[in-house]
Formats: sequence, structure tokens, C-alpha cells
Amino acid sequence: MARRILPGFPLALGITLVYVSIIVALPLGALVFKAASLGFEDYWRIVSSPRAVASYRVTALSALAATAFNLVFGMALAWVLVRYRFPGRRFVDALVDLPFALPTAVAGIALTTLFAENGWFGSVLAQAGIKVAYTPLGIMVAMAFTSLPFIVRTVQPVLEDLDPALEEAAQTLGGSDHSIFLRVILPLLTPALLAGLSLSFARSLGEFGAIIFIAGNQPMETEITALLAFIRLEEYDYQAAAAIASVLLIAAFLMLAVTNILQARALRYTARG
Amino acid sequence: MSASVKGRPPRVGDAPGFRRALIGVVLTLVAIVIIAPLAVIGYQAFSQGLQVYAAAIAHPDTLHAIGLTVVTALIAVPINTAFGVAAAWAITKFDFWGRRFLLVVIEIPFSISPIVAGVAYLFVYGLQGLFGPALESADIKILFALPGIVLASMFVTAPFVARELIPLMQAQGRDLEEAATSLGASGWRTFFSVTLPNIRWALLYGVVLCNARVMGEFGAVSVVSGNIRGQTNTLPLHIELLYHDYQTAGAFAAASILALLAVVTLVAKVLLERQGAGRARRGPALAAPAAAPKTASAEVSS
Amino acid sequence: MKIRLDNVVKTFETFRAVHGVSLEIESGELVALLGPSGSGKTTILRMVAGLEYADAGHIYFGAEDATDIPVRDRGVGFVFQHYALFPHMTVAENIAFGMKVSKVRRDKGAIDTRVAELLRLVQLDGLGERFPGQISGGQRQRVALARALAVDPKVLLLDEPFGALDANVRRDLRRWLREIHQELGITTLFVTHDQEEALDLADRVVILDKGRIVQQGTPEEVCRNPASAFVMNFLGDTNRFSAAVSGGVARLGDARIPAPGFADGPVDIFLRPSDLGWSQSGEGIAATVARVIDRPAGRRILALTATGEAVELDVAPETVVSAQQKGVITIERAKVYATA
Repeated sequence: MARRILPGFPLALGITLVYVSIIVALPLGALVFKAASLGFEDYWRIVSSPRAVASYRVTALSALAATAFNLVFGMALAWVLVRYRFPGRRFVDALVDLPFALPTAVAGIALTTLFAENGWFGSVLAQAGIKVAYTPLGIMVAMAFTSLPFIVRTVQPVLEDLDPALEEAAQTLGGSDHSIFLRVILPLLTPALLAGLSLSFARSLGEFGAIIFIAGNQPMETEITALLAFIRLEEYDYQAAAAIASVLLIAAFLMLAVTNILQARALRYTARG
Repeated sequence: MSASVKGRPPRVGDAPGFRRALIGVVLTLVAIVIIAPLAVIGYQAFSQGLQVYAAAIAHPDTLHAIGLTVVTALIAVPINTAFGVAAAWAITKFDFWGRRFLLVVIEIPFSISPIVAGVAYLFVYGLQGLFGPALESADIKILFALPGIVLASMFVTAPFVARELIPLMQAQGRDLEEAATSLGASGWRTFFSVTLPNIRWALLYGVVLCNARVMGEFGAVSVVSGNIRGQTNTLPLHIELLYHDYQTAGAFAAASILALLAVVTLVAKVLLERQGAGRARRGPALAAPAAAPKTASAEVSS
Repeated sequence: MKIRLDNVVKTFETFRAVHGVSLEIESGELVALLGPSGSGKTTILRMVAGLEYADAGHIYFGAEDATDIPVRDRGVGFVFQHYALFPHMTVAENIAFGMKVSKVRRDKGAIDTRVAELLRLVQLDGLGERFPGQISGGQRQRVALARALAVDPKVLLLDEPFGALDANVRRDLRRWLREIHQELGITTLFVTHDQEEALDLADRVVILDKGRIVQQGTPEEVCRNPASAFVMNFLGDTNRFSAAVSGGVARLGDARIPAPGFADGPVDIFLRPSDLGWSQSGEGIAATVARVIDRPAGRRILALTATGEAVELDVAPETVVSAQQKGVITIERAKVYATA
């Protein structure tokens, strides 16, 4: 091994590797080992059972809907925070991170109370015939809340650093606001948007605390995959818990890969010199 | 930069009508999505009066849950901080094989469902896990006890401090440490008098976020704690228990403590961001080594 | 302190930065490592400092083999390209840092006295309480130098010391560094890619290309006798011609250029603009003036030879010449090198 100029390499790398091994790699390895020890047929039977498949569907669809909502709302919020000045702007800017700072269980009971049929919002929506709490819509609401900051916080810095000269150039060339936004601004934001979208979607797939209060947790209807793994555990069906948790793990790794690829592309896009 | 700047043609989206409408819509949604949940916690917590609130907080089980949460944070956060600093030092001050891979591994817990984390720990320390039987015969309790809660909390927060420090220390380069070393400073001396003063705000920022997550973690902890009332219930778990017992006022009283923690965290975050923390992370995580360190970026002002 | 590098090699990943470099620097000498980027000059400097370890070869400080001495104990003063001043410490604290961390304990009074002395030396009295962010680039450079000198280093090493500064500040600091060197007599090695800086400042210039020393000598030696076409090119503007040698003489137009020691065959002839003259008639290369550029010190003629080659030459300010004029380029001095 090459000699190091600065001191502390063995100690720092040692601490890092020990920590990563014990805290991160060991448990994930144990989970994969447990799931792998099932044998393919048992594993497939568990992960393709109707109840499991229903949980994937409701989880993925709700996450998709929540991410779509955040795409529009998150971008509008980022735009308003960066481009406009109005009283309370800094306050709103700080509030954007509340979903990250607020424990998920707290968010869960708060959202449930708001959207229950006798709640502030639930009672209004009930008159319109819309039920949110204890339906897939409730799952979507919880997911949208917990993953809101991702898109705002990835788009915001790019929007801030956007060179005004680009817009001015487009204006001198006769572009309308509408076409400048679509043809100049949006393409520049796209890498950040995609990165934010994949982070937001991944977070929604794995969310647990905020959802279980509002979801109703009916098997086949409003039961998310994370909850199903938890239920199997409470039933002492450890193999099924391992198998279903491994599906979430695979999904997480896929999303991680997607995010990294998108970020690498974004980097290539912004690479200088 | 904004419509309020006079004597400058409007930028895209600066038409007054559009601007007002968009601000209106966004603020309404912020009120519904972000402010209302916070408000409803306060409203519900005090809905049956201050005395009920005080009694709910003072209940021994609630106090115990608060205590357990604080103890967990007191153990997990410092260990996590030490890890984050060590990881950032190794990754940013040295070139070694597998450096990029290590970076990815450190970020993994951030993308994994807390339930998966909890289940994974079960298969290490649980009876049906790798070390379960050995631990059982040695009469060491990890799961359904404090060590399990601490370990699960450390998993979910593993990247928090490191990911604040790594981009910043990457951008700062190695010149300062090399200068200190060439002047004869020891490793610890270099770290404490040269590196630390330049990363302190980012470090504190990471610690604040890590602490908020540890105190609020629900999914992972709920798998490994066993939810024993008055024994292994952290505050978030205690909230769930009260809520499902239909003790709504009690649940919201307990929740109000965590909501307060969230607000304090946000305030601390804003204050730290004013000191420049949290900025470096916005850049690419691992760009090529910076050619010019930012140390001398401030120009002559007087 | 005399420094000696003996066949030093350094490879980065797959790129060999330094190929077996041997070099001696006499005690008290001021030496420039000069080369284009990628020539390995900074790597050599960092190896002398101990900020990189050589893969092979040895570095001696006096009689002592310093190859394996860690930077912390090597006793060098290093001035970083971007200064690397500690941004959270005042100027005075920066300068005092090396003394405070030293194994040799010094009391506070002694450190303060030394800091004041150094501030005076680098002409920054009164700025000790400022932070690095509050002073100008040239001032930062001097603080970096004072900080490096504070530990009484055996050698002073500077990496592109004036690279980040404006042209005017550069020239002043250069003269000033020369004075400081004369006053302190410390062995000094600095890296630059600017030939003017190297020639202006150094006792001896070491010219590097692709990790190898291609020539070393006093500024006079390297200027008057460039050892290769690379050195000739790197040190200043040149015109290059291909010519043929026959019987020890090369012919360029009507001009006969002595090329002793060259076998008959093709050679490259290098002519600096100042080695050439302009006249209406005589022996030389027939050419037409394309353009005249006026400069404070004289006029530069851009001319085209009969065969269409572009030539640049410098003539006295009072020379009467204008575009389209035909004439002859006379050759006062030329350098002949084997064809590359």
C-alpha cells in the first residue's frame, strides 16, 4: 500500500469500515441470506401471493400518484420561492423541510385526524363524496406529505443558479414566456427534476410510519408492502417477512441505481471545462 | 432577480396576474399540506385543556418513553458523528481503492425502508437470526431492548453526518491539512485546529438532522423494540400505542413534544444555513478534486 | 542546506509523472523548475517537500537521506499555489501556527516577537489581526511566505508562487522575493510555467519536459545555448525553417548559416524575431511585409517569404517599413537543431 501524506488514514478508514460492516452490511446481508435460504419455489410462492401482489400494486400506484402530485406542487413551490419575493417567503422556505423533520408517526396521526370523516378536511371532502382516510387516497396523501421536500430541494438550487442571460437571450430571439419556459427553462431543470422524482418515489415506496395510521390497512385493498412484511413478522412467519422485505430491498436498490444514473447524467450535463 | 426590481424588463413568469395567482395557489397548498398538520397537533393536544395535556405528559409511561428516546439519541448520535467524521476524513483526504463504492454503501440506508432495516436486524440478533442463539445462551439481550433500538437508529441515520461533511471537505481540498502538516502539526492537531473550525457548521447541521431522525424514528424501531409499555417504548412508539388505545389527547400531547423538536430542528437548520452549512451538498457529491480551494473566496471588503 | 535528487521516479496510476530525475541544488541557491503543465515540475517540488513519496530514487538534504522522512518532520517551508491560508485564523495566527505546534516549546512572548519580525519582513506590519479573506491576493502571498519562514525551514519551496496574481503585482513580488532570498540566504526551489519569471528570479533554471530534465543552467546559459528545439521554443518566440546542410553549412535563401558538426541532410533552423533584421537588399531571405505591429520597444514585422512561410521579426522603432513592401530578412544569429 502506498504511503499516505496526511495522518489518520488507518484509523479513519478502520472506523468507517467497522461501522459500515456492523451497522449496514451485516443486517442487510443477514436479510438476503435468510431470503435466499428459502429456495426459489417457496420464495416465489410468497412474493407472488395475491395479497403480496395487491400490496405492491397499492404501494406502487399510490407512490406514483404522490410523486406526480409532488412534481407539480414541488416545482411550483420551488419556482415561487426562487423567482418571487413576498412576505413570509423565508418562513415558507424553512417550512418545506417540515416533512423531513417531523417524525413519521406524528405526521401519520396528524394527517389521519385532518382527513378522517369528522376532521377539518375530511368533513368538507365527505360532503363532496370523497373519502380519504382509510382508502388508497389516504396512502397517497401520506406519501405526498413525507416526500414533498425532495423535488423542491433538488429543483430549487438549479433554478437559483439559472443564468438570467439564457432567458434574456431567448427573449431577444422573440420567445414568449410560455415557449421560453418549455424550451429553455424546463430542459435545464430536467436532470434535477428526474433526480428529485426518483428520490421522492423511492421514499414513498418505503414509507411506513405516516401511512399505517391513515391507510386502514385492509388486506388486498389498503395494505402497503412494508406493512405486510411487518404483519408477517408479528405472525412469526419470519420466512415470509424476509421474502417480502427482500422485495422492498430490491426495489430500493433499483431506485438507487436509477437515481445514480440520473445524477451521473445530470452531472455530465452540467460538467464544466 | 425579482419582479420588485425596478427598471428591468420582466423575466419569465413575472406577469403580475400570473405571479399573484401562482403565489396564491402555492401558499394555499402549503397551508393545507404543511401548516394544517402542525396546527392540528397543537389543537388536538390542548383540546381537552391544559390539565389533561400536563397529565398526559406527566404520565410515567410517557416520561419513560421520553427518557428512552433521549438515552437512545445520547448514544446513537455521538457514535454516528464519530463515524461520519471518520468516513469523511478517509474519503476526502485520501485516494484508495473502492472509495466510490464506499460512498455508495454509506448512502444505502437513506434509500431503504425502515421496515426493511428492522426486519434485517431481526435476522442478525433475533432468535431466528445469525447470532440469536449465541446471544440467548450468553443471556445478552439486544433485540426488544435498548441495544436493538440504538442499533436500528444508527442504521437509519448512518449517512446523515457523512453526507454533510463529504461534499464540503471535498470542495475544501487537502491544501490546508498539507500546509498544517508541513508546518509540523500532528494529525490530531491538524484536525482540531485546521479542519474542524472549517467544517463545524456543516458538522453541527448533520448532527441536528441526525438527532431529529433518531428521536423520531418509528418503522425500524417498532420492529426491534418489542413495544413493551414502560420498558422499550420510545416516544414515537408510545404515540402509536396511545392513539390505538383511543387516548387521542394523550397521543397528541406526546406528539406535540416531537413536533416541537421538529420546529426546533427547522429553526436550527435555518440558523446553520446562514452560516453556510448545507450548501456544499447541493453540488455534485464527488466531483474531480477542486483545483482552487474556496478558502480565499471572500475578497477585500474594506 | 544542499539538496540532491538521485534518479527520482513518480508514477500516478498509469501516468508516469517523473522519469528518473537527478538534480543538485547548492546551499543558498535560488532555483526555478520551469516547464509546461504536465512536465512533472510540481510533482518534483512536492516530493522534495514530502507531500508525495517517490516511487524510486532518493532525496538527500545535505548528507541525510530525506526520502522517507514524513513532511511533518522534514523541516521544509512550503508556499502553496493558492496559499492554503487557514481562513479561520488571523494573519498573525497563521504565521504563528508552525511555532505553536512545534515540538520545540516556545513561550508566547517569543512567538509574538517572531511574528512581528516576520510581518515586518514581508511588509505587512499592522495587518496581523486581519483574516485572510480581508486582504489582497498579493498580501496573502506574503502571509503564506511568512508562515513558511516562521518554522526556520532548511529549504523554502514555492509552487507557482505568483500564478494567481495580476501582472503588476507579480513583477513587484518577484523582485521582493529575490531581495528576501538575498537577505536570508535560504536554499529555495520554486516551480513556474512562466519563463520570464524563472529567468528574472532564479540563479539557476531547470527546464523540464514530460517528466525529464531537458536542460539546466544559469539564465544566461539556457538563453544563449538552448540545448534542444524544445527549450528554444519554450523560452520565447521563434521562427522555424527546414533547411539542408551541405559541408557544414546550411543555406536559407541567400544566407549561409554555419552548422558545424551536422552531417549532410535536413536540419531545423530556429530564428528569434530579434535575431533578424530588415533591409532593402543584401544577403538573406527575400520576403514581403504582410503587417507591421507597433510596440513600445520597437516594431514587429510579419512577413511572408517567397515560398509562403510566415516570419516574425523585430526591428528598431525608427525603421521605416509598411505593408506590401518587398525586401530581405537578414540573419544575425541562428540555432541549428537536428530535424525532430
